[in-house]
Amino acid sequence: MIIARRNVVVGWLLLGVLMVVTLLPFVSMFTSALFPSGSYPIGISWPAHPQWGNFLSAFRAADMGVLLESSGLILLGVVPISLLISTFAGFALGHLRVRGGQVAFVLFLLGLTLPLEGIIVPLYYEVRGLGLLDTRWALILPLIGLFMPFSVYWMRAHFINAPRELSEAARVDGATTWQLFWRVHVPLARPALTSLGILLSVWTWNQFLLAIVLVDVPTNRTMAGALGAFQGQWGTNIPLLNAGSLLILAPTLILFIAFQRQFVTALLQGSLKG
Amino acid sequence: MNDLTRPSGAPHGAGAPRSHKERGAPRPRKGRGVPNRYWAFVAPALLAYAGFVLWPIVQTVRYSFYNWDGISTLQGAGLSNYRTVFTNGQLLGVIGHAFVLILYFSVIPIVLGLAVATAMRRFVSAKMSAVARVVLFLPQVVPLVAAGIAWNWMLSTTGAVDQILQKVGLGSLAHSWLGDFSTALPSVGIIGAWVLLGLCIVLLLAGMTKIESSLYEAAQLDGAGPLREFLSVTLPSIRQEIGVCVTVTVIAALSAFDIVYISTQGGPGNATMVPGLEIYQLAFYNRQMGLASALAVVLMVLVLVCILPIQWYVRRGSGDR
Repeated sequence: MIIARRNVVVGWLLLGVLMVVTLLPFVSMFTSALFPSGSYPIGISWPAHPQWGNFLSAFRAADMGVLLESSGLILLGVVPISLLISTFAGFALGHLRVRGGQVAFVLFLLGLTLPLEGIIVPLYYEVRGLGLLDTRWALILPLIGLFMPFSVYWMRAHFINAPRELSEAARVDGATTWQLFWRVHVPLARPALTSLGILLSVWTWNQFLLAIVLVDVPTNRTMAGALGAFQGQWGTNIPLLNAGSLLILAPTLILFIAFQRQFVTALLQGSLKG
Repeated sequence: MNDLTRPSGAPHGAGAPRSHKERGAPRPRKGRGVPNRYWAFVAPALLAYAGFVLWPIVQTVRYSFYNWDGISTLQGAGLSNYRTVFTNGQLLGVIGHAFVLILYFSVIPIVLGLAVATAMRRFVSAKMSAVARVVLFLPQVVPLVAAGIAWNWMLSTTGAVDQILQKVGLGSLAHSWLGDFSTALPSVGIIGAWVLLGLCIVLLLAGMTKIESSLYEAAQLDGAGPLREFLSVTLPSIRQEIGVCVTVTVIAALSAFDIVYISTQGGPGNATMVPGLEIYQLAFYNRQMGLASALAVVLMVLVLVCILPIQWYVRRGSGDR
């Protein structure tokens, strides 16, 4: 009993320390964001006169309204198409089991470990050749391709375990493969699709390297890419930089807290599968 | 996860009878009732992947054999770009930095994660693990760029780290952590450890809570102490989760870019230059596409060489239990 209690205390202590360490950078950002713009706050301290207006200035300086719209458009371009075509592929590879599908699958698997830096040079020239530099398509199209290994892997893993009896029953009722896919299997795949959708949205939103290489206009970038530009512009104004960073973080944080269960499950499964 | 344990060469569903009776489909040879036109389902994904991943990989390899400034025509360079990568002291140092980062991105989160998860394992209540998951996962959700900005500020001379050191009487240690040649790379490593620790803890904890308590009871009956218990019950049971942590964190270390770009730009000097950032600068600042591509090929191969043995080890391990 005594040992058990000591464990509980040690465990809580450890967890407490870890939570403090995890939150410290955010706290430090928050308190310094409230100091007068252009001043030099020291570490974590509460300002005598909190300047809540900094968030408004940062909102304007970062052009947040346009940024949100841009990131939203990129998400709308990347996520639905990625979900659709990876579900097709996962269905064919995992459930229909096309002949030679193994080869395609291994090819997709290879892409799972690929560092993006490895292909950034030719990707730049390819996107330039397509005349898409500085447009949102410069991010949308490569991201769809880059997400395929994980997405196909994920959907295939779902369809491998999908009940075959259902397909047989549907076929007996005269369903075509197309109907089988849309009427039977897509509705069943909804949880897998939700998790994948969350993961792809976060990864798109946070994509940085592609954004800074392929798009020079911050307002056509992803959130992370725009944040990079914001740092370049306001790097020496610590209160404003922190206020802006927090604003750019806010949408992700709100989504995370609202959907934390799905988020954590998705990220856990995502890393287990990836 | 069960899928990972299947040797990739083995035919799928060997035990499950195939039962596609597509009307009007040609009767397949050897009873395999899968018409080739189903490849149409795979085609869009394969096309996107081929167009924006496979083709660029091929191009990277091709560029690596040329000298090219991105504007004029390509000039054959044979293997000279690779020779530069493997003989130039600075580039070798850059690759070395990536391995130093493994120490911080992988070893620290996993060792610390194992310790914390073991301590927490016995008393994880639903409420507590829910809180822990949300808080410890925050660094996974925010963009790495934001983590870089936050830590850049924390580690500056007026930042929170030096402030805390002064408060606890270690003021002599206070300095610009990211601006000092000797502490810059470890500081970048600590940022990475901060990002990955939560993920490792939650993953390892999830693995540990699945272990049957009878295993621990049996170990205790055999007189096993906490260490023995950890070594012979816990560790073997979460081998797969450890494998995942190693894979994810090693890839993160070798291909680090965002954090370094934001916090140090590779400096001071070249103290924190990593392969990802070096490729970026060689290509888009120095316009040495060939050399950048050679380094890119080396990086891609390096990741594979590090990851494949880990995957092989984890898969082999899950077969014999």
